[in-house]
Amino acid sequence: MKKLINDPADVVAEALRGMDAAHPELRVDHTNRIVYRGDAPVRGKVGLISGGGSGHEPMHGGFVGPGMLDAACAGEVFTSPVPDQMVEATRGVDGGAGVLHIVKNYTGDVMNFEMAAELAGAETGVEVLSVVTDDDVAVQDSLYTAGRRGVGVTVLLEKIVGAGADEGRDLAAVAALARKVNGNGRSMGMALTSCTVPAAGQPTFDLPDDQMEIGIGIHGEPGRRRVPVAPAREIAAMLVEPVLHDLDFTGPDGVICFVNGMGGTPLLELYLMYAEVAALLEKANVRIARSLVGPYITSLEMAGCSVTLLKADDELVRLWDAPVTTPGLRWGA
Amino acid sequence: MSATLGRLEEWVRRFAVAVHSHRDELTRLDAAIGDADHGSNLDRGMTAVVAALDAEPQPGAAALFKKVGMTLVSTVGGASGPLYGTFFLRVATASGEVTELDGPAFAKALRAGLEGIVARGKAEAGDKTMFDALAPAVDALDAALADGDPLGESLRAATAAAEAGRDATIPLVARKGRASYLGERSVGHQDPGATSVTLLVAAAADALA
Repeated sequence: MKKLINDPADVVAEALRGMDAAHPELRVDHTNRIVYRGDAPVRGKVGLISGGGSGHEPMHGGFVGPGMLDAACAGEVFTSPVPDQMVEATRGVDGGAGVLHIVKNYTGDVMNFEMAAELAGAETGVEVLSVVTDDDVAVQDSLYTAGRRGVGVTVLLEKIVGAGADEGRDLAAVAALARKVNGNGRSMGMALTSCTVPAAGQPTFDLPDDQMEIGIGIHGEPGRRRVPVAPAREIAAMLVEPVLHDLDFTGPDGVICFVNGMGGTPLLELYLMYAEVAALLEKANVRIARSLVGPYITSLEMAGCSVTLLKADDELVRLWDAPVTTPGLRWGA
Repeated sequence: MSATLGRLEEWVRRFAVAVHSHRDELTRLDAAIGDADHGSNLDRGMTAVVAALDAEPQPGAAALFKKVGMTLVSTVGGASGPLYGTFFLRVATASGEVTELDGPAFAKALRAGLEGIVARGKAEAGDKTMFDALAPAVDALDAALADGDPLGESLRAATAAAEAGRDATIPLVARKGRASYLGERSVGHQDPGATSVTLLVAAAADALA
């Protein structure tokens, strides 16, 4: 294992120290591993918190700031944070209008946030609602799985719902907006390489040089199938087709098209992939209203990408365009 | 024979030792069908539990198991934190603030813990989870105690049942947790949760014999 680390056990704590040093506009609670926007709680605004395992940076800590999240709880690498962190963050961002928990659909995340919502209600009296993202079409949504994973749509959701909360919507309306975004979004990802969890010291799975995994999640878990590496044009089709098959994106308002890097793939290749994806969407009569290209929800140093489409409308595009000031996304402010 | 508070604490401590020495094995099993952190997460949690017990003696069974459960919930993360945490919190409630549990009371507490895991994780038999080792162990414990076997011997029967349940997860298709994303590709791998909970039952047999 070759990594820019000191001790594998200290990776998360030391990275949070760096975030704190690099972003004086944020406030980091190192004991509870929570990143807050510096002016939290914002009086009268619904508080938005998210969290999850570390290793997906910039998500979620990099999305804390005006126009997006109020706080993010960092777990160990690829491990959900614990309820104490979420309860503390809930207390810390409550400006009197309640708090929305944004949870990606993974068994551990869902269980820990569930316990946190129970405890937060009992211990703090803050009104809490939860929204679970589950946009990954690679997983069959059936009784026989833990359900679809929450992946790329989480980034778009945190941005759009952050703007919605800034407009002064109440907790129920903010939660409804979050559910609408999740319902309108679908994703599919692929990996060229595995990744190495620092505490484990070796790659999570073996992937020969001439093979790739289609339908991966964001934790180095194997995907739906393993196939020989192919040109980008064919890979784009393997990602876009199942997404288009799952939901009709041909409406007049078009889509927000998000090509995400898994951590180890250069922007050069991501833009190349974006061109392939855009060409496929044009052929499928899907209009692109807005786009996002870059590594925003990553899987450590995994090479690969994912494609997320979010069916847009005037409201979603307006909220997408609203100002945002976070380490990971920043425009219009 | 009944289990004194000291022996109950010894159960927890022996489980911590077992988790630590099987840490890499648990992580390796998890790497095959999950996300390669079960050993390190549970080891971190049980290390914190031992530190908490060292720092502060517990007055009774309910306090002891509540401390274990809350510490695990606060330190483990992932799915195993809420699952093991809920297990011990339910064991605490079922035990009550006593300084000794007889066989039937201990078995009742274990069953309450099992029911807590079901409530939290919604697992059923054959889903390839910790339930598949723990449920037969609790059944075997009840059966042996009903036959009049002493607690230590009954717990050895429970351990054998847990081991059989654990081994029987190998050919199963996972239907819960991250392993379920693999579908048929989860076949041929032993479930890490079933493996760690077998260590928990075996630790009880060692400590309460």
